[in-house]
Amino acid sequence: MATKLMKRQELSFWDRTYLPSIGLGLWITSRHFFYNLMIHALHTVGLFKHIRGSVTYQYPEEQRPLSKRLRSRHRLTKREDGAPRCVACMMCETVCPARCINIVAKENPDPNIEKMPASFDLDLGMCVFCGFCVEVCPEDAIRMDTHILDIAAYSREGMKLDMQKLLNPTTSPSDPNRN
Amino acid sequence: MLFDFIIKAILAAFFLGGVLNLAGLLTWVERKQSAVMQDRIGANRARIEFKSWFLAPINWVLAPLNALGLFHSLADAAKMFLKEDFMPKGADKFLHTAAPVISVVFALLAFSAIPFGNVLYLKNHAINLQIADINAGILFVFAMMSLGVYGVILAGFASNSNYAYLGGMRAASQMLSYEITMGISIMGIVLHYGTMNLQDIVRHQSTHWGFMVQPLAFLLFMTAALAETKRVPFDLPEGESEVIGYFVEYSGMKFGMFFLTDLVETVLVACLVTTFFFGGWQVPFLAPDGFHMPWGAFYLVPSKLIAVLGILSFMFKVAFFNWLFMAIRWTLPRFRYDQLMHLGWKILFPLSLLNTLITSIIVVLRK
Repeated sequence: MATKLMKRQELSFWDRTYLPSIGLGLWITSRHFFYNLMIHALHTVGLFKHIRGSVTYQYPEEQRPLSKRLRSRHRLTKREDGAPRCVACMMCETVCPARCINIVAKENPDPNIEKMPASFDLDLGMCVFCGFCVEVCPEDAIRMDTHILDIAAYSREGMKLDMQKLLNPTTSPSDPNRN
Repeated sequence: MLFDFIIKAILAAFFLGGVLNLAGLLTWVERKQSAVMQDRIGANRARIEFKSWFLAPINWVLAPLNALGLFHSLADAAKMFLKEDFMPKGADKFLHTAAPVISVVFALLAFSAIPFGNVLYLKNHAINLQIADINAGILFVFAMMSLGVYGVILAGFASNSNYAYLGGMRAASQMLSYEITMGISIMGIVLHYGTMNLQDIVRHQSTHWGFMVQPLAFLLFMTAALAETKRVPFDLPEGESEVIGYFVEYSGMKFGMFFLTDLVETVLVACLVTTFFFGGWQVPFLAPDGFHMPWGAFYLVPSKLIAVLGILSFMFKVAFFNWLFMAIRWTLPRFRYDQLMHLGWKILFPLSLLNTLITSIIVVLRK
């Protein structure tokens, strides 16, 4: 392989003193400093609230806007009568690479539908949030659009969701717009 | 005699109290300024709130301080005091404890020679607003700054740890190298004003501030003095991100004292730069009787107000230089060690000699 020799750039006298570069750096940081300081000062008197003085989201009080297609905690969708749409076809359980879904099927009383889940357990401690279960579902019965991100528990058992929790996703108190 | 003593005690309490408070505040300034500079908000979660309803007015006063995160300095101090004071096996107990004390005491002692105001006339007493009116004040300040190196070296020696020892050695060589530049670059000022008394140097700067007559010395002195404070971009002795400084074996408030020394030295350097190059307590166009504007106007100012204006001017300049040093600290990356020595010995040192030579020639020719 041919070696390409890069010629090192010759520095001029002023470059070698570093003073112009130091001045430029100080100019850039001070510009940010005074601009942001002005924005913060205007915020305190209630002006220009739509311009942000910083890129920080103060997390528990303030949520980042989330993308609609973000994969978050799962939920099971319902029919009009409140029963789960799931027909216990086991597609999601089969495709799941983390094997975190465990479905037990039972007979559906509705003659038009063959099966329904007796239990639908999902272990969030094992889930890798790949979204394959959502893609593979033929009935649009499982979705990952709750926008619940603050998933935490004190034990492994606490990370396991049963059908009841999946059908009724609780909203986080910090975000009233969440489903 | 007793009266003079009381006056000096009040001046010392006023000045050193101000310096220590400013140093404590600088921990907050450092956090907030870096945050605002980098488009962040900065630490704002330390808060003091009272639950009782009858203390609500106090909460109302505290709310803006909480929002600014000012209590983080207090929280830091409380944390430092409550932490375990760890001493490594085989460490020299006395020197290990003495090292942080030595650094902080000598850093604080250097302030005593710095004039923070002109002579204040109260009734028939003339009070020189300077803690110690030393004839060779410059030498005293430099001696104190040099003695501060002992704290650093002893911390490395007494810790019984190779990492601390190496850090101490690095710190010593850096501080000694840059002290030479600092001492020689200030000779330009001494030659130009013909005195080593800091109060006299400030008085000489009534029309032309030091940086106008000695611009090169100003740059050299500021660079060398920043290196003395052991902060970024010259923070090789501690190496914040590498953690092999001279105080690796320190914890609790002893570590806090080293940290405080850095900030006190920042204030000290700001004071020195102000005194030598930015006219100390001089206010532009303010003579001992009032404002003499360059367009010929004259405003009479009472003498007590002039003294107060001088102190305010000094404080403002020191605050500005603290801001500038913080800005430099959060703008520039760290030097490599060989680059540091190269800069110190091959660039700054010859330049300071050259500056002294040229100044001497000009001073002699003028006579």
